[in-house]
Amino acid sequence: MERLNPRARSDHYGSRINRTQSPLRAGSVPYLSIMLGSLVPVLLIADVMPLLPPLGFLTLLAWRLMRPGLLPLWAGAPLGAFDDLVSGQPFGSAVLLWSLAMIGIELIEARFPWRGFWQDWFTAALVAILYWFAALLVSGGELTSELLVVALPQVLLSVLLYPILARMVASLDRFRLARARRIG
Amino acid sequence: MAPPSSRRSGFSKKAQFSLFTGYLLAGAGALLGFALLLLSLWQPAAFAPVRGVASDAVAPAGEVTAAARSGSQGLFDGITGYLRIGRQNAALREEVELARIRLAEADAIAAENRRLKSLLALEEGEATPVATARLVGSTATSGRRMAFLGVGRSDGVVPGMPVVSERGVIGRVLETGRNSARVLLLTDSESVLPVRRAKDDVVAFAEGRGDGLLRVRLINLGINPLEVGDLMVTSGAGGYYRSGVAVALITKITPDGGMARLLAEPSATNYVVVEPIYQPDAVRALRRPRDPLDPAPETSPQPGGNASEQDGE
Repeated sequence: MERLNPRARSDHYGSRINRTQSPLRAGSVPYLSIMLGSLVPVLLIADVMPLLPPLGFLTLLAWRLMRPGLLPLWAGAPLGAFDDLVSGQPFGSAVLLWSLAMIGIELIEARFPWRGFWQDWFTAALVAILYWFAALLVSGGELTSELLVVALPQVLLSVLLYPILARMVASLDRFRLARARRIG
Repeated sequence: MAPPSSRRSGFSKKAQFSLFTGYLLAGAGALLGFALLLLSLWQPAAFAPVRGVASDAVAPAGEVTAAARSGSQGLFDGITGYLRIGRQNAALREEVELARIRLAEADAIAAENRRLKSLLALEEGEATPVATARLVGSTATSGRRMAFLGVGRSDGVVPGMPVVSERGVIGRVLETGRNSARVLLLTDSESVLPVRRAKDDVVAFAEGRGDGLLRVRLINLGINPLEVGDLMVTSGAGGYYRSGVAVALITKITPDGGMARLLAEPSATNYVVVEPIYQPDAVRALRRPRDPLDPAPETSPQPGGNASEQDGE
């Protein structure tokens, strides 16, 4: 076949056979993207009130809901520990809340194994709202009504941001599994 | 997407055990997080060294984004300035005339002030700044309000030092890393700052509300003398901040004081100055209340007995 047409068994990425993904990339991209999500809000703006949604947690949610079984069940603890180092919350709050979120989603998923995008969005919104409130409760500061009101845009942003993050995670997933080397 | 079938254990003992171990590890992680959370709520400084290392690692990236941030702000300011240049020129010229007159008056007042101080034999040293740095970033997702600075222990910054910009007080250093520091902003709900009205000596506490405003609480209750537009400055009580630095402007009157807007908004600030602690002896005495004050009789007692509240963390 190749003698007739050298490009017969290839697409625009190159040969379609004898290719495999890079194991390093396949394993590290989810973790790195979640850690980057934790870092970005810290670097973007220095403001007087809580404004940005918890990007690290939302990225974790997107990976977990779109690729069930990729992140191990205990991944919330180490990733949460990294988030705690930079987020300004007392150390341990994200370790606890991210672990609880992972366990909670696992239990929900056992009941509803087949899902679509809208249901994923609903789950993510629910978990993000619960997380927002719990994070305010354990922040170590006084929970005033003014603080609740001023932090409300954060909830709205988190809920609205999920579809965009889901698209970004999907393209990261494609990058993660893209063919990197030839075998044989 | 449905979960992959490999996660159903079936009759395989190995699969059952690995699933069980996963749950066990996740539960252990949650319990560990709970314990760490209790520990850090009880002892907030317990994880300061670890956080210091992390913020040291983040600070260089923050310098870059901070530079980009201030650069883009400057660009927009430049464009708007260009559009408004004519009207602004006339207004500025008038303002300069007035300012010259006021400056002459201020010179006279300064001279009089010097004379009166020399009569009272008061000595006031100027605070030489410890370091100048950029505000690298802040905790924009959390309910707590903290910012990061690009200087740390190696520049002589220690916890407790006040951080001010050219417009007024920003906050106080809370933790230091080797090359970075974490600053408690004034609007954090745990921040309390003793202030007084600039034109007279109405003393109050300015507490952060977490939403960008300060709640000013008068110490002497009675008829509320505050008015909208009053400037509050630091009173120097508590020993951390030198007196007379601008803090906030009253925007609303409440029965026990008022609401105030910050003068030095961290988001509009590029460079800040870390100043030494105003009166380290007073701070040390307040941190360890059982120790007697310095026996030296000439150290006058600090004004404002409630100043220990300022140490609230």
